[in-house]
This record gives sequence, structure tokens and C-alpha cells, in this order.
Amino acid sequence: MSRPPGRKQENHKISRELFVLTYGALVAQLCKDYEKDEDVNTCLDRMGYGIGVRLIDDFLARSAVKKCRSYSETTDMIAQVAFKMYLGVTPSVSCSSAAGNEFSLILDKNPLVDFVEELPAERSSLCYCNLLCGVIRGALEMVHLAAEVTFLQDRLKGDAVTEIGITFLRKAEDRKHKRN
Amino acid sequence: VGHAVLAINGAEVNGRLTADGKDVLEFLGNPANYPVSIRFGRHRLSSNEKLMLASMFHSLFAIGSQLSPEVGSSGIEMLETDTFKLHCFQTLTGIKFVVLADPRQAGIDALLRKIYEIYSDFALKNPFYSLEMPIRCELFDQNLKLALEVAEKAGPFGPGS
Repeated sequence: MSRPPGRKQENHKISRELFVLTYGALVAQLCKDYEKDEDVNTCLDRMGYGIGVRLIDDFLARSAVKKCRSYSETTDMIAQVAFKMYLGVTPSVSCSSAAGNEFSLILDKNPLVDFVEELPAERSSLCYCNLLCGVIRGALEMVHLAAEVTFLQDRLKGDAVTEIGITFLRKAEDRKHKRN
Repeated sequence: VGHAVLAINGAEVNGRLTADGKDVLEFLGNPANYPVSIRFGRHRLSSNEKLMLASMFHSLFAIGSQLSPEVGSSGIEMLETDTFKLHCFQTLTGIKFVVLADPRQAGIDALLRKIYEIYSDFALKNPFYSLEMPIRCELFDQNLKLALEVAEKAGPFGPGS
């Protein structure tokens, strides 16, 4: 592939439709490969993880953000900077536990489901956008934050909203000494 | 300390043998071969030596930030000697970029951040590159070279390395 060195602005824009179609093709192929919804979900999560561990450095290099000092700051960063940068949407954030380690991202708009209204009857447990959960999980792991990320609600399944739940698994204070 | 014979009579030496395959010490010991010109210098580091030195630096970096009387110290950012300056930038993901440059060279901070971008583009986005392995990506090398050339021109003095 002969691509000239140095990035030009024009190279950044590709068709949104192509991206959404590609994602749809990926999910469709996985549905052909795996009978059980759980297997497809796991596969999507694993793929997302592989993307997340690489995407995090792109995010940090490009956004030049400072280190987050709390789980709340981290979640805000994901919603307001990362989601905006990569998907062009800004989910709203809410904290769902007194301990301060469980958060929810409510997605009002989600480009990945542009062309999908609801899941087929035989795929009722499919987490169509599970790739996103893997991406978030992989990215957080590379900045030394272990987390569980799952879809708590999904409009595709008939829920009122689409909600991603992030549960941070270690206390924030432990992080300081593990930096190096 | 650390110097070795690099070339004899203009032809590079290969370990203990000259370019023609003769033993170096034997060749130098035979007066019939004089006059002979010998080039001494430091060997370029092999990949293994680089890995070893890098991991030693990694340990020093960790010790540096723990020794700090202030909490939350960043670790070694710069190491200055009379012949070179070592600049180190650690990302939030724990990757360290190390640049050795002339002490008078300016703009290294910008260079380090540029290298981070180049790494995140041409190494990380290459699906055939495995994390933590040596980077053997053509586009990475090309863009890195370009960035170094730009940085050299910006500084008051020549070579970065």
C-alpha cells in the first residue's frame, strides 16, 4: 500500500455508511458462525478488547488529556471526549452506586444501529454493539483500570434506553503506587 | 572503555576476522602488513543490547519516581551528560519513548509527542504488529525518519539519534 508519509486532513473522512455496513456485516457473519447468542456476544467483546488496547494510545496521543484522578473523571472522559472523538456522539453519564465505582453511559444516539430497528426473534439475547463494551474494557485495562463493561439496557431489545454499565474493579488509591 | 576495532585499511571488520577472513590480531601482528590504518570506535548496539539497556533504564525510571520526596513524581524525564541528553516520555499506558540527542538540540518534547502519534498510527493500527514486540513496520520507519529530519532542522544543532 503506497501511502505518502504524513497525514492529510482529507484522508480522515470515510463514509459513515461504509463503517456501519462493515459492522453489520461483522455481526451477521458471527451469527452465521455461532449458534448461541452468548458466543456471538463473547466474540464481539473479544474483538472489541483487541481494538481497545490499541485505540487507547491513539486517544491519548491525539487528545493529550491529563491523567484522570477518579473513576468519575474517567467515565466523563470516556463519554465526553472518547465517544465524541470516535463515534461523534456524547452519552450522558450517571453514577449508579454509593461506592462510586459503578457508572452508566446512556446512549441517546448510536451510529452502529443506524440501520437496525430491532433484533430478529431467534437472536433475542444478542448484544449487537457488544464490540463497544470490549473496546472500553481493553482501553481501560491499558491505563491500569480493571473494569466490567456490559449492556444493561438495549433499545434493540425493547428497553427504553440503551445503557452501558461500567463497574470499576479496584480502588482508585491503589493505582497511584502501581504506576511504574 | 567500550571501544573496539571497527575497520582496518578502510574495510569493515567482522567480529574477530577482517573483511578477507583473516584473524585481526594475526594480521596486525605481522609487520609485512604495515603501514596499516585502524579505525577505533564504539560498536553500534545490537538489538539485544538495546533491549537490555532499555530494561535497565526502566528500572532506574521506577526507582527515580519512588525516590522523589514529592508524591506522584513523574519518573526520569531527562538525563544530561556532557556529550548527550537522554529524554524520556512515559505515556499513561506505561510506554516509554526514549530519545538520545545532542545537548543543544531543542524541540525534543514535541518530537516525543510526535513519535507517540506515529507509534499509535503505524505500529498499533497495523494488525500484523503484536504488542510489546520489536516494531518492524515499514510505514513506522518511514514516518519516524521524516519526524527526525524535521526535528533536526528545528534545533540549533545537528544530530539526534
